[in-house]
Amino acid sequence: MLSRTADHLFWMSRYIERAENLARLLDVTWQMSLVPQPLEVANQNWKAIIALNSLEEAFEKKYSTVNAENVLKFMVSDPDNFASIHSCLRMARENAHAVRGTVTSEMWETLNSTWLEAREKTFEQLYNAGIADFFEWVKMRSSLSRGTTLGTLLQDEAFNFIRLGTLLERADNTARILDVKYHVLRPQGEEEGATDFYQWGALLRSVSAFEVYRKVYRDVITPERVAELLILRSDMPRSLHFCLNGVVKNLDLIENSLSLETQRQAGMLHALLHYARVEDILEQGLHEWLTDFMDRIYLLGNGISRDFLVPMVETA
Amino acid sequence: MNFYNEMMDANGGVRPHYQGYDEWLKATPPERIARKRAEADLAFHRVGITFAVYGEEAGKERLIPFDIIPRIIPSAEWAAMQAGLRQRVTTLNMFLHDIYHDQEILKAGKIPAEQILNNAQYRPVMKGVDVPGGVYAHIAGVDIVRAGAGEFYVLEDNLRVPSGVSYMLEDRKMMMRLFPELFAKHKVAPVQHYPDMLLEKLRAVAPNGVSDPTVVVLTPGAYNSAYFEHTFLAQQMGVELVEGRDLFVKNETVYMRTTQGPQRVDVIYRRLDDDYMDPEVFRDDSTLGVPGILRAYQAGNVTLANAIGTGVADDKSIYPYVPEMIRFYLGEEPLLNNVPTYMCRKPDELKYVLAHLSELVVKEVHGAGGYGMLVGPASTKEQIEHFRQLLIAKPDGYIAQPTLALSNCPTFVEEGIAPRHLDLRPFVLSSGKCVNMVPGGLTRVALTKGSLVVNSSQGGGTKDTWILED
Repeated sequence: MLSRTADHLFWMSRYIERAENLARLLDVTWQMSLVPQPLEVANQNWKAIIALNSLEEAFEKKYSTVNAENVLKFMVSDPDNFASIHSCLRMARENAHAVRGTVTSEMWETLNSTWLEAREKTFEQLYNAGIADFFEWVKMRSSLSRGTTLGTLLQDEAFNFIRLGTLLERADNTARILDVKYHVLRPQGEEEGATDFYQWGALLRSVSAFEVYRKVYRDVITPERVAELLILRSDMPRSLHFCLNGVVKNLDLIENSLSLETQRQAGMLHALLHYARVEDILEQGLHEWLTDFMDRIYLLGNGISRDFLVPMVETA
Repeated sequence: MNFYNEMMDANGGVRPHYQGYDEWLKATPPERIARKRAEADLAFHRVGITFAVYGEEAGKERLIPFDIIPRIIPSAEWAAMQAGLRQRVTTLNMFLHDIYHDQEILKAGKIPAEQILNNAQYRPVMKGVDVPGGVYAHIAGVDIVRAGAGEFYVLEDNLRVPSGVSYMLEDRKMMMRLFPELFAKHKVAPVQHYPDMLLEKLRAVAPNGVSDPTVVVLTPGAYNSAYFEHTFLAQQMGVELVEGRDLFVKNETVYMRTTQGPQRVDVIYRRLDDDYMDPEVFRDDSTLGVPGILRAYQAGNVTLANAIGTGVADDKSIYPYVPEMIRFYLGEEPLLNNVPTYMCRKPDELKYVLAHLSELVVKEVHGAGGYGMLVGPASTKEQIEHFRQLLIAKPDGYIAQPTLALSNCPTFVEEGIAPRHLDLRPFVLSSGKCVNMVPGGLTRVALTKGSLVVNSSQGGGTKDTWILED
């Protein structure tokens, strides 16, 4: 397969996954903001989203204050913000457009119509119609895109690159959601408040893990178990462990003469999750641990890019 | 002006080959037709069969309007046209081989040598280069119009990167999907095997000694107006669609970058103009091409389809000589008419053109796509004066032709069904001695009342083209 084709497939799936996870993150923040709390705290939560994506500067250029509506507008519909849902859906579609001969027509039509529909609506329309409905829609479109991929695409190399993109992006995004929300909920040493149950519930729901939690633990929600579920459970589709299982498997299927080192790194990261205990992670400090994890995911993405997607070839 | 109507004869009767369709149209409720037309629009949008328009917002895409009334041609007329196309394209390939080798036609004085050698489209780098099978224009899109009392004329020969064949195929697919009953009633010659025929031709011109060639389609990229077609053809042929940056040259051999390392490429169906192909030889600011590809080509390690330097044969300043070429190379009389053409570089012809601007069509010699032309009878005084200045300033940049009374065909427009002018672009495929085409081609229709310009960039639409088998 052409390296460029693989590159487009990889980023097509990363962008649609990113749009979905951003919708999840904004949704949980929105839900959390509906529980009574001081305005300061609420705005702190919104600020964290901007900080998470290192977009402070871009945000401040356009908006004077950090509040729910401004941050939502910036992260949902702002075409100038390359990290907004709007931009992610556009990029997913553009990457698909570049390889529409490689993906199935169902896949192309899904991403194309998602983009066409998304660009029709202004932020005000989305907001007034209930922004939660829009987040739900984004999640469904992403599911549809994944579904058409699983249901229609030949499981060859193209499929492997798409899965790699999806899983790598999801691993990064789940780690981010956990990082930003965990610390809002659990500042150093503070005792649990009365509203915590709702807040943890919202966090779990944002990664579709509320029912999963109930089924797995059949017990009250504790921060340790939330961390364990989202990091270490290998059967939980949005956990870091699950994502790395898939990354390792798909990398093995596409290996080439350059990729040994990248495969080794993926294997090491996978082993870390496979044999870790949540007590050790929390003892080390969850934030530090997640930061290190996200760095390694980033390097893994670079490795894949170097080995497969934009290989340097000597010409003469 | 009187126009030849493809469907109706001069007395208002329906021509024999349209009778079946006419009966169907009369028997079909207008609501069903309206519903089907909306369905077609939706389907074209959803599948994304669009083209980008230059000069509009970057990346903006438009649908090419599709009309559900087919353009029907009886098989006898097609057979005659086909023979004429074979003769013409065979000749043009012989001409290209000649001017890049012994230049017999120039020595014989049939065409002034400076007309060829000083032409910007003549590529000296091709001199003495032997291309497989002696074929230069593997894919030719010859524009044909019907005028006057019904005779066919060749309007131009497109030998560089002719486009539109995907619309021919998609139009047929759409017609069969919308109105299957019409195809049960008519014996319409199939066209869907075009991609197979194209692939076979491309494989046939692989460099010597390559038994299982790797064929690719080279596109300028997703922002090109015909990008849809490039992806479509690559997909239909089952070959890779590459951009310049996917290819590189090493040891005068072309490779593509793949996820499993470099892979050799043997035949490139390129949809990129000569000027952009190789920054080492042509425009050095081009990032769309492949540095060194011309060296690989000259060494015979890769075949380009079409060849470099075909533009000199479809240039509008060379067009008037095609009938003479046919006589020269084949010793035959031309089967297809050329439109009488005034060459503005000749002072007496320029004088005539300047005196008759309001009756003539003036075209830029190197122009294409309906840009840079004047249709005298449909132009304002200012436009005519503007062209007068252009002609005086640069006479050898223009040719002029009488305004042809292009035939028309009933077409769905805002106010109902009304006649609109059209042309036909058959796609002629060549490899060695073998010249083939699928029956028909792309019919383009000018949707604006009275307009004679059918180019999609100028608001033209398309129709399915039916060659009726007996």
